[in-house]
Amino acid sequence: MQIKSSPLFIARALVCFALLSFAAPFIARAQQASRTMGPDFMDGVPGTYAIRNARIVTVTGAEIENGTVVVRDGRIESVGANVTVPAGAQEIDARGLSVYPGMIDLGTSMGLVEIPQGASGTVDLQEVGEMNPNAQALFGINPHSAHVAVTRVNGVTSVLSSPQGGIISGQAAFINLLGSTPQAMALTPDAALVINFPRASGGRGGEFFGLRQQGNISEAITTRDRQIEQLRKLLRDAEAYGRAQDAAARDKNLPRPNVDVVLAALVPYVRGERPVVFRADREPEIRGAVRFAEEMKLRLIILGGNDAGRIAPFLKEHNVPVIVNGVLDLPPLEDDFYDALYENAAKLQQAGVRFCISTGDTGSSVRDLPYHAGMAAAFGLPKDEALKAVTLYPAQIIGMGDRLGSIEPGKLANLVVTDGDLLEARTNIRYLFINGRQVPLVSRHTELYEQFKNRK
Amino acid sequence: MRKLFSFFLAFVVLAPAWGLRVRAQQRGNTSAPTETLIRNATILTASHGTLQNSDILIRNGKIAAIGQNLKAPTGARVVDATGKYVMPGIVDCHSHSMLDAINEGSVSVSSMAHTRDVLNPTDPDLYRELAGGVTTLHVLHGSANSIGGLNTVVKIKYGRPLSEFIFPGAPLSIKFALGENPKRSNFPALPGLTRRYPETRMGVEETIRDAFTRARNYKREWDDYRAAQARGEKNLISPRRNLQLEPLVEVLEGKRYVHSHSYRADEILMLMRIADDFGFKVRTFQHVLEGYKIAPELARHGAGASIFADSWAYKIEAYDAIPYAAVIMTRAGVIVSINSDSDERARRLNIDAAKMLKYGDLTEEEALRMITLNPAIQLGIDNKVGSIDVGKDADLAIWSGHPFSVYARVEQTYIDGEVFFDRAQDLARRPELLREREQLERAEANRPPAEGAQPPGLPRGRRPAYGHDDDEAQIDQEDNH
Repeated sequence: MQIKSSPLFIARALVCFALLSFAAPFIARAQQASRTMGPDFMDGVPGTYAIRNARIVTVTGAEIENGTVVVRDGRIESVGANVTVPAGAQEIDARGLSVYPGMIDLGTSMGLVEIPQGASGTVDLQEVGEMNPNAQALFGINPHSAHVAVTRVNGVTSVLSSPQGGIISGQAAFINLLGSTPQAMALTPDAALVINFPRASGGRGGEFFGLRQQGNISEAITTRDRQIEQLRKLLRDAEAYGRAQDAAARDKNLPRPNVDVVLAALVPYVRGERPVVFRADREPEIRGAVRFAEEMKLRLIILGGNDAGRIAPFLKEHNVPVIVNGVLDLPPLEDDFYDALYENAAKLQQAGVRFCISTGDTGSSVRDLPYHAGMAAAFGLPKDEALKAVTLYPAQIIGMGDRLGSIEPGKLANLVVTDGDLLEARTNIRYLFINGRQVPLVSRHTELYEQFKNRK
Repeated sequence: MRKLFSFFLAFVVLAPAWGLRVRAQQRGNTSAPTETLIRNATILTASHGTLQNSDILIRNGKIAAIGQNLKAPTGARVVDATGKYVMPGIVDCHSHSMLDAINEGSVSVSSMAHTRDVLNPTDPDLYRELAGGVTTLHVLHGSANSIGGLNTVVKIKYGRPLSEFIFPGAPLSIKFALGENPKRSNFPALPGLTRRYPETRMGVEETIRDAFTRARNYKREWDDYRAAQARGEKNLISPRRNLQLEPLVEVLEGKRYVHSHSYRADEILMLMRIADDFGFKVRTFQHVLEGYKIAPELARHGAGASIFADSWAYKIEAYDAIPYAAVIMTRAGVIVSINSDSDERARRLNIDAAKMLKYGDLTEEEALRMITLNPAIQLGIDNKVGSIDVGKDADLAIWSGHPFSVYARVEQTYIDGEVFFDRAQDLARRPELLREREQLERAEANRPPAEGAQPPGLPRGRRPAYGHDDDEAQIDQEDNH
């Protein structure tokens, strides 16, 4: 072996050494996390994979009993029983396993809160004030939150993360649960405007350490109507603002209106270019939100929808999609039937309403998404619809039906390989792909498990 | 006189009928035959494996026989469970259902307060829990106190008088609590409210140690008094009764189980040290989310662990919780149960148990025991419930599929051999109930008032669903009711 000792080589070696020692901690961490699958799982170039001999649940097409999914450049390249595996592809033998599209939850606040109680520094859920359309979830999402990995290793690969609070809470981001920056996670940085549709209640908060604010119905209704009127005025202002900006852009002689960040944020929504998510659970708020959205020509999505099943024909008639997030809540009224919310989704499905199922959880329990769908399936929702309710339907409702939610060539490769029915609690996830990257099945929980499982 | 006579006659004629009616009502909808044969089920016994195509004969509220092709006695109710699964009634080791008050939060040692005094047998969440296959609840005092109030074990005999709920012969039980709740760290100091000692984990330790020191002194006073009595001494004056310390004396004498809310490993070790110093055992640590870090120590003490399946990160002391806790502690020799601490979650403890199958290498029966036999052992009632064995109480549920499947539903729930939930009956009653609801809504008293009249107050919300007893709304909920 020839040993080079030219000054150039030494200089090169030094540079390499410097680079390596700088990068070493990162490499070490990535290796620790991924073990067998290369260090690029988060940010690197996605590899080429062939998942072979698998049962493939495509969701949109027929189930393939024994087939191959090829993943390349972050996308699903081909799917089928007889698919040529590209040269150089990493092959995964999935005999006895099933491939599903990754699950999607549109009702979360993922990354906006780490620990809700006793650690307010980790809580970025709601802004001060009632109207915050320019509060963007993407700027609060912590990509390194422990919740992200804990959630994805249970098969949930994308979520809508929404701010809460006030009347206009802000703008939600639709993100993949992978990426070392919020921008790398984002599928749609400003996916929807989130509004708490005003409701007649005992006043915001209602109670303060047991001191119930004694309101009455008339006052509560007046307050609600005033809030709706504020909302209407703000949205109208945004419409006018948008028109004024357009006019000024077309005609240089016109005075250009001052930029207003609040109104500017609203323009795409009042023009119906992007959806508006209204949180509304009870019948009066759902009906109110539908009427309001039609009046203002908004692209409405209902989030919550506890009473939606009861007024399913109305929702069908108005073609309103519903993100059902209370499947596992207790029935709201004492005399509700015990399964009132278990069967909520089935009622929507039977009436032909567009719907999907969500946990409605801010972060730590989003991994329970499959069990919410499972419970709906135990109470009347057909199994294949329950699966769609956490894959294809949420993708469609958030306007990503052509890119996510099923296993079809050209779609993003967000894939979950399981040893059983995706919705069953005992099913294990064996491989996980997000954005075509193979993701190691590690999280804060597996790390603590490894640390303590053999302590004597 | 004649009037009186006809009244008497009417009484004689009607009284038996009236009596029957009352009895029929007490029995609920079921005509309650004394024998039931559940036929051809897959039986998850929780004690001796899974039995295929097997029958269970129930007689006088007990499991009389288990086997294949059992004969139905004449007059017995026969239930065809072909294709269905039977498992023991779920025992929830941590519940706050039925409680009209949860925390006596004014003092840090509230062992004089008893949950039994505030139980509400008409709480509708009880029925919803029955519909999830739950039959027994450990109804606990809250966690605002280092030493909390006294707990009650109940069977969910929904529709019956409260006295029938109380689990006969269940060992006495008391709640302790460590960490953030007893030191009130998540409860803002409001004007007008005095801050309460303790405010640190150091103070929690001292509070408990002080209470047991006082209890030991108190016990000695009584022991001396009784010894003097036994010696026949005259003119003795008995010590003054102390209702706060009496339950702690019972703990010292091993007559009352300690169930302690806990999170961090260090505070769990702390309470075990106190227990060792005073010569008692901690029966279970509840929540015990960091118990997996000190599993061998828990096993050596002989403490059980009653945990959440996978809740985590809802507060600082819950940030290290992992769903692998059950398997780590089980393998170390700790008896582990999975509880709800929530009226909502109690309805699906079967799924919480199913989750355990993928977090470690637990077997199906080990996971099943975490919601049946293990909590029964922890509560000291495993001689009566927790598994499907001959001689035990007939507390069980029939499921449409394997209870570990998300697609399974409870068809019927039995307690002491009687049906307390029946999905078919529930569905059959719905049209009638809907009609009744409509009538009530139309009734004069419930209509909106005429123009100009005083508007009615807002309808009072139902008691909020009781989530983790650590929720910040804890005090609100208590004060509301």
